[in-house]
Order: sequence, then C-alpha cells, then structure tokens
Amino acid sequence: MSAEPILSVRDLTKVFGEGEAQAKVLKGIDLTMAPGEMAALLGPSGSGKSTLLTILGTLMRASGGRHEMLGVDLMQASDAERTAFRSRHLGFVFQFHHLLPDLTALENVMMPAAAAAGRESRAMRERAAELLDAVGLADRRDYRPGALSGGQRQRVAVARALINQPVLVLADEPTGNLDRQAADQVMQLIRSINQTLATSFLISTHDEHIAGQCPRRIELLDGRIVRS
Amino acid sequence: MSPYAVKLAFRHLLSHPGQSALLMSGVALGVGVFIFMSALIGGLATLLTLRTVGSIPHIVLEMPDRDPAVLAPQSGAQVVLQKDLSRRQQIAIWQPVVPIIEAEAGVTAVSPQIRGSAYVERGQALAPVGVIGVMPGKLSDIADIEGAIVDGSSNLPTDGILIGSRLAGDLGLRTGQVLRLTSERGRARSFRISGIFTLGVASADRQAVYMDFTTARALFDLPTGISRIEIKVEPATDAAAIAARLRRSTGLKTTAWTEDNSQLFEGLDAQARTGTIIKAFALITIVVGIASAMLLSIVRRQAEIGIMRAMGASKRLVVSIFVLEGTLIGFIGAVVGALVAWLVLLPLPPVSEVESGGLPIDQAQGDFLLAIALTTLAAALASILPARRAARIDPVEAIGS
Ligand SMILES: Nc1ncnc2c1ncn2[C@@H]1O[C@H](COP(=O)(O)OP(=O)(O)OP(=O)(O)O)[C@@H](O)[C@H]1O
Ligand SMILES: [Mg+2]
Repeated sequence: MSAEPILSVRDLTKVFGEGEAQAKVLKGIDLTMAPGEMAALLGPSGSGKSTLLTILGTLMRASGGRHEMLGVDLMQASDAERTAFRSRHLGFVFQFHHLLPDLTALENVMMPAAAAAGRESRAMRERAAELLDAVGLADRRDYRPGALSGGQRQRVAVARALINQPVLVLADEPTGNLDRQAADQVMQLIRSINQTLATSFLISTHDEHIAGQCPRRIELLDGRIVRS
Repeated sequence: MSPYAVKLAFRHLLSHPGQSALLMSGVALGVGVFIFMSALIGGLATLLTLRTVGSIPHIVLEMPDRDPAVLAPQSGAQVVLQKDLSRRQQIAIWQPVVPIIEAEAGVTAVSPQIRGSAYVERGQALAPVGVIGVMPGKLSDIADIEGAIVDGSSNLPTDGILIGSRLAGDLGLRTGQVLRLTSERGRARSFRISGIFTLGVASADRQAVYMDFTTARALFDLPTGISRIEIKVEPATDAAAIAARLRRSTGLKTTAWTEDNSQLFEGLDAQARTGTIIKAFALITIVVGIASAMLLSIVRRQAEIGIMRAMGASKRLVVSIFVLEGTLIGFIGAVVGALVAWLVLLPLPPVSEVESGGLPIDQAQGDFLLAIALTTLAAALASILPARRAARIDPVEAIGS
C-alpha cells in the first residue's frame, strides 16, 4: 500500500441510545483503504458490519473518532456537504436492490446522476447504457424492476452504484438474496469493474465463498476489527 | 423546480393510473360543487334582481321637499321647522327636463306621470286605489302592463282604465263594466274597464289603476305640472350612480330602486355568504383529500425515498417531487372537473327564461377559472407538509425496513 489512501478512519466509535439503553456498537475502528482495493468485510451477525458501512457511506454520523475520505474531514462536514460528497464519490449496493419501481432499468441506473444534476442528459443515458451493457443487461434497458429476476435487479443495482464514477462502492451483503449462480455472476461483475475501472469495493458478507474472491479480508468481532 | 422532479412526479402518476384517476375525480367532484354553487348563487341573485327590478321604476324623480332653511343654526335659539304645505308637490316645468334625462347614458325609458290617490265605488263596496296617468305609448315603459293583460285589451281611451286582477276579484269586476272613481281632490267620474292585468305583485294587482295622462290631469287638478318622472336604466345596478348624476343635472329629488330595496341586498348578501361557506368546504375537502393521499403515498414509498436520498438526491428534490405531484393531481382534477361542469351547465336555459320551480343556474357566473386556480393553489399547499415529511425520511431507517 504505497499510494495515498482514499479512506482513513481512526478510533471510530458508534453508540446507539442513551443512559441505561446505551449500546456501544463500534468500539474504535482503525481502517484505511487504498485506491482500487477490493475488501470483504466479515463478522458474525450483530458485529457491526452494516453500521460501519452506513457510517463510511455518510448516511449516518459516527459518535467519535476521525473519518476522512479523499482529504475531506467527514466528521466536520455539514449534512448538505455530506450529501454532495456521497453523490460524487460513493456508490451503494444493498442486500435488497431498492430499485425505483416506476423507472426502467436504464432510468434506475441514471438516477443518482440525474438526481445530482436535476435533469437527465444524453451523456448520462449513454453512460448508463454502457454500464447496463457491462452487467450483461443491454437487452433489458426498458424493463421495469418488476419484470426482472432477483439477480438481474442486483446487477442493475451494481450498475447504478457506478454511474457517478465513485471512488468507493460500499456493498452490504449484495449477494445475500441470490442463489450461488447469480451471486457468482454479481461477484464476477464486481471483480471485473474493480480491475477495469480501479473502483474500490468494501463488501460485507457472511459467505466464505464470496469473501474468497476478494484480495483483502477484514474481520469484525463485537465492534472491533480483529483482522485486517 | 428541476426537470428531473417534473419527470419523476409525472412518472409516478402515470405508473398508477387507477389511483391517480381516483384522486383526480375526487378533486373534480369538489371543483364541480364549487362551480355549481357559484353558478347557482349568482343565478339566484340575477333572477331575484330581475324579478325585483322588472316591474318597478329604477329611478323616480320628484320635486324636492321645500323645507324652510335654518338661517342661524348655531345661534342657540330653538328652531321648529314646519313643512311648507301651501303648494302642491308637483314638477311644474317638466317638458325641458325630459330631454335632459333621455340624453343621460344608461337611461332606456322615461315616463312622466300623473299620480294620485282615489277610491272606487261599486254598490256598497269601496276600495282605495293609486291612479297612474301615463302618456300614450308609454304604458309599458316601467312595468310590462301590455304583456300582463289577462282580460280585455291594453287600449286606453279617455274614459277607459286598466285595473289589477285582485281588485277585479275583490269587487267582482269584469272588462266592459263601468266604475265610479273619486279622486283625492274630490272629483268623481265614471270609467269603463278596458282591461284587467296580473303583474304578480300583490300591491299593484290590488291597487294600481292605469288611465290616460290627460284624463288624470283633470281628475287630480294638475293642468300643467306632473307628479313624477319614472325611468328605467340599463344595467339596473347602475341606478344609484345615474340617479346621482340626474340629481345634479335636473335639480330634482331622485330615488334609485336600490335605496328602497335594502332587504333584497341583505338577502343576496346572506346568500352569497352561504355560497362562500359551501365553496370553502369544497376546497377544504380537496385539501384534506390530497394531504392524506400524499401522506399515505409517502409512507408506502419510504424505501424509494430513502434510496434516492442515499444516492445523493437533495431534500429539495424530494420536496419538489411531492409538491409537484400533489399540485398536478389538483390541477388536472380541477381542469377535468371544470370541463365536465361546463358541459353539464351548457344546455341549461338562461336565468331570465327559468320557469318557476327550476333552479336558476347561470353558467356565466360559474367562476371556472377561479375554481381551477384556487384548487391548484389548495393542492399545492396541501402537499407541502407531506412533502417536507418525505424529505425528512432517514435513508438508513427507510432502507433497513
Ligand atoms: N439504530 C439502532 N439503534 C440501536 N441499535 C442498533 C441500531 N442499528 C444497529 N443496532 C445494533 O448494532 C449492532 C450491530 O448491528 P449491525 O446491523 O451493524 O450488524 P451486522 O454486523 O450488520 O449484522 P448482520 O450480519 O446480521 O447484518 C446490533 O446489535 C444492533 O442491534
Ligand atoms: Mg448487516
């Protein structure tokens, strides 16, 4: 890891609730990621994987510690700045695809770019078409999510995560709902994107088979990183 | 309002055509009620005004009262005013006045009249009447007597009179019969009943007696002067303004019909207020309907909204989408409702031709554009709160659920 890290987290903590009901979920996370890195995030249920991804994705604020990305101090940034940062530099894939049911596959892929710009453009449309091509769904452009299979929807979701050319894609159990074959297809896709576009991926999973396809392995146990 | 918000709002409405159509027809119904009430209240006012002003003079010109002037009002002395009753109330020099009145804009008919009280005798029965002496050809200038004749004719020879049907009924009179009439000046004369009219106004049908102008002069001892000049104006609602101008140009005392009919205006006012309340409720129904529909839709689409926020959509974009969606429902529903209401009201007869018992609905007073504007505004306001709620949705919670 000689290159400047894209992500740097020091002593990150997250506490839910107050007083009696207080729950310390993250207990001091130290983590850096280099450009183009692809890491699996493993850990038993309740260890804090989703919480960590949500904080790294600027969807939730940490309770303490340092959180920097691309030189931006995300602990100090305002909500609007975090929203703009998220839109520009981060991509998300969730366990459930969460595609917008009223939009076609192509329009869903364009959505993060169009939402940021306030309009759809020809350039976006072309980039979205290329991405759908890359995930093998060129012939499903005008289908709505309701007419796609679970694996196809998740591939559309991966394409959507890439539309704004993010530096880092955070994927929370992206294959959790898929069978082995569909899961492998999605992982293959992620690997090839990681290699061709040098996009970094942080992928949480319970599946050793999935984790085995990632060069780096981060293990979480009870709110602490035990192996990285 | 970004183009993307417009696209997403339209897309959602079009993706759920049944739901959108149902919401819009609810709005259309409210707009229909609004327009129907406007047309009905307006039509009623027109009808009542038409009925009221139809058979009465719009302005009456008389000689001003000749009260003695108080010369030293601040002197502290007690002053007792006494009316000057030594001379007849009459417009002595009236011929030059008539052209002045006729030249006034808005005046449609001018009828100089000899007026006086009298009683008619038949056997032992006596009945008080008000005599109206009208110039030839001006019989129907104020009230449509010719059109109201139910028996006989409207011809008025010098010894002929026209009487109302109630008087005829009370005294058992028929056309062609001879009747003795004694004036307030003590002069008596016999007349033949030329015709009987029914104006539909009880007091006129019981007490009004029409006769020839010159005959009336003799009966009431007015060899040259006249009692009053009655005029009609168009539109009748301008009567007060025209009366004020005539007062200045003629020096006569003028009384517009609006001064003697304050009850009518109070009634119309109360009616208009009732209409406004009903219309307000129609708008409130639309607001409540749209607001609750939007709230439900937002709860149902939480995950969608959450994902958009997670993917970088600003709060502003989310607010615009939902305000736009609610406003579109209101606007399209309003236009459809107004169009349907317009088509439904189109074949209705004009208020002046409504038969008794029918609703006097005046399509022209339907306030179609106002209804559309107010509904669209109401819909926009109704969606603001739900839209702001949508913008506050926490992406983490929404996606987790
Ligand atoms: N909003 C919250 N309020 C309180 N506690 C929370 C909240 N979100 C998560 N937790 C708690 O934090 C802990 C970690 O949750 P998290 O979802 O990060 O686990 P995970 O590693 O993703 O588990 P899984 O593998 O089952 O998805 C859990 O004990 C959970 O109950
Ligand atoms: Mg999880």
